[in-house]
Amino acid sequence: SEMTVRDALNSALDEELARDDKVYILGEEVGEYQGAYKITRGLLQKYGADRVKDTPITEAGFCGIAVGSAFAGLKPVCEFMTFNFAMQGIDQIINSAAKTLYMSAGQISCPIVFRGPNGAAAGVAAQHSQCFAAWYSHCPGLKVLAPYDAEDARGLLKAAIRDPDPVVFLENEILYGQSFPVTPEVLDKDFTLPIGKAKLMRKGKDLTLVAFSKMVGYCLTVAEKLSKEGIEIEVINLRSIKPLDRETIVNSVRKTHRAMFVEEGWPQCGVGSEIVTVIQEHAFDELDAPVVRVTGAEIPMPYAANLEIQALPQIDDIITAARKLAKK
Amino acid sequence: ASDKILIEVQPFSAHKIEAPSNKVETTLSELRAHYLFMYRMRRMEIAADMMYKAKLIRGFCHLYDGQEAVLTGIEAALTKQDSIVTSYRDHCHHISRGGTIEEVMAELFGRSTGATKGLGGSMHMYNRKANFYGGNGIVGAQIPLGAGLAFAHKYRKEPNVAITMYGDGAANQGQKYEALNMAALWNIPIIFVCENNHYGMGTAEWRHAKNSSFYTRGDFVPGLKADGMDVLAVKQVVSYAKKYALEHGPIILELDTYRYHGHSMSDPGSTYRSRDEINAMRTERDPIERVKKLLLANGFDAAELKKMDKEVKKEVDDAVEKAKAAPIPPDHWLWKNVYAAPANTELRKVDGGYNTPDYDPEYKN
Repeated sequence: SEMTVRDALNSALDEELARDDKVYILGEEVGEYQGAYKITRGLLQKYGADRVKDTPITEAGFCGIAVGSAFAGLKPVCEFMTFNFAMQGIDQIINSAAKTLYMSAGQISCPIVFRGPNGAAAGVAAQHSQCFAAWYSHCPGLKVLAPYDAEDARGLLKAAIRDPDPVVFLENEILYGQSFPVTPEVLDKDFTLPIGKAKLMRKGKDLTLVAFSKMVGYCLTVAEKLSKEGIEIEVINLRSIKPLDRETIVNSVRKTHRAMFVEEGWPQCGVGSEIVTVIQEHAFDELDAPVVRVTGAEIPMPYAANLEIQALPQIDDIITAARKLAKK
Repeated sequence: ASDKILIEVQPFSAHKIEAPSNKVETTLSELRAHYLFMYRMRRMEIAADMMYKAKLIRGFCHLYDGQEAVLTGIEAALTKQDSIVTSYRDHCHHISRGGTIEEVMAELFGRSTGATKGLGGSMHMYNRKANFYGGNGIVGAQIPLGAGLAFAHKYRKEPNVAITMYGDGAANQGQKYEALNMAALWNIPIIFVCENNHYGMGTAEWRHAKNSSFYTRGDFVPGLKADGMDVLAVKQVVSYAKKYALEHGPIILELDTYRYHGHSMSDPGSTYRSRDEINAMRTERDPIERVKKLLLANGFDAAELKKMDKEVKKEVDDAVEKAKAAPIPPDHWLWKNVYAAPANTELRKVDGGYNTPDYDPEYKN
């Protein structure tokens, strides 16, 4: 059967609310509005206003309240309408949620999930189009997950809610409506995916493409197309950005000897910077060519469609870079 | 000692609520307990001051001397099932929530026997079992956190409140107003305690707050102001506020107090206020002297008081010596408790290698 990413997230939340009464959801428009992107559709009706809490538009405040309640043992799922707005509460995410277990010498854990759409959507310009994967993955104490398909969305979100640590869960608005095949195993109410493990999406011998979230789909399309030209591409879906599954990446590079990373975020100190470093540290002698990055352009996102398209990696950009790298 | 003593404390100022009576009852044994606790705090902070100047304490160090009646009165009105969170000025909270002076001193010295085993330092002490949630180094961040603690009490239908303590400086923080609004909307049992020591670091209240009647700044949330140098006034107003918060939701308390030391050890505390002002506070409003006078006026044995003082001094001296002699944290503690579920995590070391962290809240391994 098939399932949209939206339904995968919605069903994961539903099942975890049913499983553990310490789990509750709070955020802007999560209740009566049914979710700004309908991820929480139906949950208020099913679980009531004590467990699906609409907040005012005050991210610093409700993010701090969520963290405080997690210190006390509840398991909040704190929805940000988009991660752009989480910057209003980022102090609580990093200084309070991520560091308190360590500062308290192991006394106070923070079982919380911060979730919402991250990165560029379409036509919403600079303040609403930014990838925060690199920002959060910088910080010890946080775990950072980014699902691509319905399987990822269900398995990772359920794992995140059950995890005793603070998890930043980066979704993608464009993917919400996309359908993906799901197995009965994925639909099981206890299906979870391990945090810190990447998934090999496609095997290949000529080139390794590494990506997360929406760019995984682009890389799979590119692999399909270049296969017809005789270039066999291996595609790795990171799933977890922190902890990072270095082993899967390095093992693939040992096989293909060529690697490329694709992300929509900005290049400097981006997730790709870390991937390139990992490869050169662990597989330098295996490389037949320098590792390549395809990233978002280093500019605030423009509004006009023709400009926006040039600010983000497109399938053709990845094809061009992949062809060039395969021939080196 | 169980004979009731009737005292009139300074009347409370009220905002959108009826003030509690300013006639309070106490006993010699209660006064004795308040005196003892405040004096222990005072001597501990004086010792911290000396040890800091002797360079045994690193980094930031914010002392609580002068403000002892605030915490003492609060704790007298609460149980350890009520949650508490405060700012970086937290040494005394560690004691009030069941910790020892030795643990505080050892933490300040960066020793393995410290309140947080040398990992937190002056600003980050906690006691999860006694519902003390820190110790927060970011001005104002403890306010929504405190609302979250209260949210959890309400969610679990517990008959308890949370107290979040912040200074007059933090009272201007935006996140305070965000937390206040949600607390009021959701009837969260939280007491916002503004410890007004009249200076946000070195900025006097009239220079940082357009309205420095902090108990009125909740707008729709009621507020009360009490003499924060009088432990009995504080206890009275907090007891009243706890009952109110459990029935109706948030309330603000402004407790008028004074810090004798500078903001932190790097602040001599004398460029933005006068020596005369500090001396006047010490001679006219000192919270410990106030209780001492009450004890003696009501027949408490002066010799017994002297004996108590001596014992406290000895307790603090012993704590300092034991803390000095305690071992520093072993190197491998560096990697503990970054995550509660560290599976698949490897953390990078300075030399480029990786370490597998462990979750070991008892520090057994």
